[in-house]
Amino acid sequence: MDVEILARIQFAFTIAFHYIYPPLSIGLGLILVIMEGMYLKTGKKIFEHATRFWIRIFALIFGIGVATGIIMEFEFGTNWATYSKYVGDIFGSALAAEGIFAFALESGFLGILIFGWNRVSPIVHFISTILVFFGSLFSAVWIVVANSWQQTPAGFHIVGEGMNARAEITDFWAMVFNPSSVDRLLHVWIAAILAGAFMVLSVNAWYILKKKHLDIAKPSFKIALVVATIFSLLQLVTGHHSSKGVAKYQPAKLAAMEGHYDSSAKADMFLLGYVDAKKQKAKGLFIPGGLSFLVYGNFDEPVKGLNAFKPDERPSQVNAVFQFYHMMVACGMIMILLSLIGTFLWWKKKLFDKNWLLIVFVWSVLLPQIANQAGWFTAEMGRQPWVVYGLLRTSDALSKSVTANQVVFSLILFTIVYIVLFALFLFLLNKKITQGPVDYESKELIDEGSKRDNPIMSH
Amino acid sequence: MFLNIDYNVWWYLIFGAIISGYAILDGFDLGAGALHLFLNKEESRRIAINAIAPIWDGNEVWLVIGGGALFAGFPVAYAAIFSAFYVPFMIFLVGLIFRGVAIEFRSKQPMLWWRKTWDIVYCVSCIIIALSLGLMLGNVVQGLPLNHEKEFSGSWTFFFNPFGILVSITTLALFMMHGAIYLTMKTKNRLYAKLHILANNFTIFFVVSFVITTLYTLLYIPHLSDFFRGNVAFFIIPVLMTLCIANIPRQVKRGKFRYAFLSSSATIALLLIMVALEAFPFLLYSPQNPENSITVHNAASSEQTMKILLIIALIGTPLVGIYTGFVFWTFKGKVTLDEMSY
Repeated sequence: MDVEILARIQFAFTIAFHYIYPPLSIGLGLILVIMEGMYLKTGKKIFEHATRFWIRIFALIFGIGVATGIIMEFEFGTNWATYSKYVGDIFGSALAAEGIFAFALESGFLGILIFGWNRVSPIVHFISTILVFFGSLFSAVWIVVANSWQQTPAGFHIVGEGMNARAEITDFWAMVFNPSSVDRLLHVWIAAILAGAFMVLSVNAWYILKKKHLDIAKPSFKIALVVATIFSLLQLVTGHHSSKGVAKYQPAKLAAMEGHYDSSAKADMFLLGYVDAKKQKAKGLFIPGGLSFLVYGNFDEPVKGLNAFKPDERPSQVNAVFQFYHMMVACGMIMILLSLIGTFLWWKKKLFDKNWLLIVFVWSVLLPQIANQAGWFTAEMGRQPWVVYGLLRTSDALSKSVTANQVVFSLILFTIVYIVLFALFLFLLNKKITQGPVDYESKELIDEGSKRDNPIMSH
Repeated sequence: MFLNIDYNVWWYLIFGAIISGYAILDGFDLGAGALHLFLNKEESRRIAINAIAPIWDGNEVWLVIGGGALFAGFPVAYAAIFSAFYVPFMIFLVGLIFRGVAIEFRSKQPMLWWRKTWDIVYCVSCIIIALSLGLMLGNVVQGLPLNHEKEFSGSWTFFFNPFGILVSITTLALFMMHGAIYLTMKTKNRLYAKLHILANNFTIFFVVSFVITTLYTLLYIPHLSDFFRGNVAFFIIPVLMTLCIANIPRQVKRGKFRYAFLSSSATIALLLIMVALEAFPFLLYSPQNPENSITVHNAASSEQTMKILLIIALIGTPLVGIYTGFVFWTFKGKVTLDEMSY
């Protein structure tokens, strides 16, 4: 295989694995803020226990997020040196801002969040929780700004020619607020919050099914259900807005998302299907003219199709983009449906009566994860063959001094390491969930025994 | 231009300050990790882990900020350095992954075999991180063969030259000394007594490897001391550094570990200042064909970006300083274990 495809596989693999964790940190961050806020307001022990339980899960997730995230920052330089030179002026400042404004805030107060419960006053601890949450929100800002600039470049000019060409900032705020930044940031934020909310729903649904920790599980479930309902509905709005932006600024991507080739025809919206690249047609279950309606509010308006682009200026993997996009939408719709059913039953005072629903909620933790991954694959594969849309091709962005062997070496290395990490993560997460919330009041009793066998001390 | 110094030079100074901050802060975490297996008892190891657990993450952020600062200010250098050091850097990154998760995972299970396994992973990854960091630093200082596109034109075996290896070992020694001194500040009783001895031994280890590296530099890579030969006034820096190094065993002997820690921190900063002065204006020197070298001028971003970066740094640095200070203050003093500890 050539260096380009290997480097792309490595980047996709390392970023996809990393992206399991940061959305959970953001989402759980919000849940922690709510739970700890409830604890401070009501003084109820159940909220303290719930908060401290989720802090321990948060620490595990955050730890792996940091460890796998640091790779990402340097992979631009190791594998994509030409890209780094091309975008450094722009991408670099966003990354520097991310480090200093977001990560430093997040990681600094993380210590207090995890270890500070007995060292600082409850209010200082609460503020630390909020600051960690804000830090995680900010970290999404800068990286999404940088990525959005790659999708819809703005506020720059090109200096130099050929291999020495590079983009330079002309207007910082135009770069930050490039046409897709705000839509995509909101979409990413909400997706992350859903990841956290559905994880809390899942774990607590399991406790309720097993009739464990009911006094904590039920209120926690309700808190997460409120968050899930609000944000899954909001996600519909940002998703719609985002797709309109894609239609305007990245028509080739939009066409690939629905497998639409013929520019003179109205565009359909598929619910399920596949793209036959040879016949240049998408097949399956669809709403005729649905995409035309979504973009222009008119079922008969033609939408620019893939045929309007030269073969080397449109995504080569149309079916993959199509499938990822529909996977994301489907997961989003199921999340909305689930939250609405839950809310309805809550209103009918039957929320915890339906075992089948609780079982579905246990598995629902996968929905936002699949949607997150599928959404990013849609965005990134749909942008191909460009790494910076319309300006720099992915094939031109590589490090010239790096050989295929070196990339194979690192790819194998990361594959092994990440498989081990993921297995350990699931094992420890499972242990923590099985152990459940701990009553720290009674710890003196347990302290009498051997420290080594103490479930709390070995947290 | 700002205060009569051009933006590129400002950013070079800021980048240097960030890297020094990283070396001082993560240096003691890494050093504490590298000596981890010298501690025998489970309890001692637990205390050592908890001495850095609340802060190591914040310390590592300086590396992330440094990476961002290099990418933003000197993208050509960022591209060249990380693609050149592909193999050692990947090993360094895997080391960072395992260091982080070892701290996180170790305490999560009570079984002794589990904890011992993570102790080994933790210690080995800290040693690998320190060694690979030193290896890369040594090679950056010495220079790499670069082609006219300013990309590395050698193979990765090139990095294992005597100077690279010497700097690598010196870095490990420096971090181990720094880490041992840090841990003495955080411990008491028998563990403290043990760390006192370790701090002493690692100080000797550092001084010996530092002297050998310096002699090697003066004999075989004379151009690295050109700057100080040409600017005698700056001789104050190596002199100050020598005083700082000499002060470390003195304070260790007296049991004044806070002063010893300040001295070892100052040693790290002064060492990097010396490196920065010697290297300037080169970010990556190409000894074979100097016209291909990467400098603070030909690698820099536009003036507009440099201005933006300075503003970001001016707003961000005091903020980071305030909350880093607050977090360190919260966890000051000797380590006490409670139910939230690792």
